[in-house]
Amino acid sequence: MYESRLSRTAFYFFVALFVIMLLFPLLWILKLSLISPAELQQSPPTLLPHSFDTGSYERAFSDSRFVHGLTNSIIIAGITTIICLIVGSIAAYALARLKFTLRTPVMTIILAIAFFPAVAILGPLFLQFTTLHLINTYWAMVIPDTLFALPLSIYLLVAYFQELPTSLEEAARVDGASTLQVFRRITLPLSLPGIVTTGLLTFIFAWNEFLFANTFAFDERTQPATVAIPNFATVHTQDFGAQAAASLIVTVPLVLLVLFFQRRIVSGLTAGSTTG
Amino acid sequence: MAESVSAKQVAARKGRRPGLFSSFKNEFRNKDRRLAYYMIAPVLIIILAVAVYPIVYAIYLSFQEVIPNQPSHWAGLQNYTQMFSDPIFHSALLNTAIFTVCSVALELVLGIPIALALNRAFKGRGVARAASLAPYAFPTAIWAIMWRLMFQDQVGIMQYISTKLHIFTDPILGSSGALLIAGVIVDVWKTTPFMALLILAGLQVIPRDVYEAARVDGATPWQQFWRITLPLVKPALLVAVLFRTLDAWRVYDLFWVMGSKQLNSLSTYVYTGVSVSQLDFSLGNAAAVFVFVSSLLIALVFLRGIGTRAQG
Repeated sequence: MYESRLSRTAFYFFVALFVIMLLFPLLWILKLSLISPAELQQSPPTLLPHSFDTGSYERAFSDSRFVHGLTNSIIIAGITTIICLIVGSIAAYALARLKFTLRTPVMTIILAIAFFPAVAILGPLFLQFTTLHLINTYWAMVIPDTLFALPLSIYLLVAYFQELPTSLEEAARVDGASTLQVFRRITLPLSLPGIVTTGLLTFIFAWNEFLFANTFAFDERTQPATVAIPNFATVHTQDFGAQAAASLIVTVPLVLLVLFFQRRIVSGLTAGSTTG
Repeated sequence: MAESVSAKQVAARKGRRPGLFSSFKNEFRNKDRRLAYYMIAPVLIIILAVAVYPIVYAIYLSFQEVIPNQPSHWAGLQNYTQMFSDPIFHSALLNTAIFTVCSVALELVLGIPIALALNRAFKGRGVARAASLAPYAFPTAIWAIMWRLMFQDQVGIMQYISTKLHIFTDPILGSSGALLIAGVIVDVWKTTPFMALLILAGLQVIPRDVYEAARVDGATPWQQFWRITLPLVKPALLVAVLFRTLDAWRVYDLFWVMGSKQLNSLSTYVYTGVSVSQLDFSLGNAAAVFVFVSSLLIALVFLRGIGTRAQG
């Protein structure tokens, strides 16, 4: 308001620096993935690319471990998201709309899971999954992923349900609809945008999971991309271009989705953090 | 109603408050309340089966000598004494503590000015906020791979810069001290924007007219920050710092992938025991219980801070 041109310039410089630093690793890796192997080995490295070569992407996609990893990630994150949305939306409706004595303790327990260190249950889960023959199956990852993704899903959904006006639901109740009918026919369809955002964030959460996948999946047929790519990097130690390409392939789609839903995610996360 | 009174009387006769059981019976007689419990039951069952039971089992196992696929037997505190005298555990604990303190402190110091900047109205604010969210979508394991390429000693840009500027001329990925510093940098780079968004959420709650009043009274921007912004945003700050501290305390992906298994943290110590060498299963599991208990203590300390602030 009363500020000088100098301080405004300094402000824009600060913001620009922040955004450039944010994007630098991504752009640098993009450059590594697109230049020729010869340029990659050049020293000193140059800021701008001088060659164009899609060979790194071809080599990444020709590696079965990596391709399996991509499919497995989609399956694991997909199943986790579906379970979280079904179980989570039912619970969230009760927490947002129905009155019951244990509401606050239940919200606290769910919040506590969000802070629970996953590594603490690694040993028992390893023993139990071995006994149940779940090691190297998708379930060994889906089960713990669901547990740790649920708090985020529930808190986001509770926030969305609470934002919805209750007038329609009350009208339906007057017409004789039961609580479950109101939930299924009115609340769910109305909160579709919220459910999509929640689903996206849950998907990203499961997609990014590494600890359980690295512990319970030794077989490339069930390993997700987060485990497959570091392994890929230890096999193709010198193929830096393909490592860069593989890393970008698993992150860029998610980054684009997040940017696309950006406004909704920020408001959702903010609402989630202030819901009590 | 009559039943609940009698239940209360029974409880009173036994010198207790009305029992949990009888209040539940009342609760369940109401149709909508009963439905609420049915609706949250699946979540509670998942939490019981996948979190509560395993952690109780983990604590029990930490007092046992366990070799997978063999009968275990009572070991008392042996696992813990062995763990606390293990030099690898010492380095894991030290690395984790240094990493947590440094990265969370840096994220806070850098996150506050960024949040303040993002809270102002300016052209391109939408772009800046959107960009802050991008690293949140990155899997940490992949982020670590990307940075390993940049720290790499033949083609890495960071290694090139640090050699040219004579900051560190040996291979960064080959030295555990340099790796730890690199780990802090990489974590700060990824998480500061998210920290800024959490703080921004707290800033947006502060009403504008407080600042108007302060300006009328002649407060400088610097005074406004220390006297108004900081006290009012403190609860949001504490929540953000608690969240990040617990996250950093269990660091695994970053260390395991970027350090190519040379950089120890508490979580990599657990992992090595549980998954890599079966003979060390008990040690790894004891460390897992240690992570659980220490996380709980950290959370309690912070929650006390948040609680007293909220009241005072």
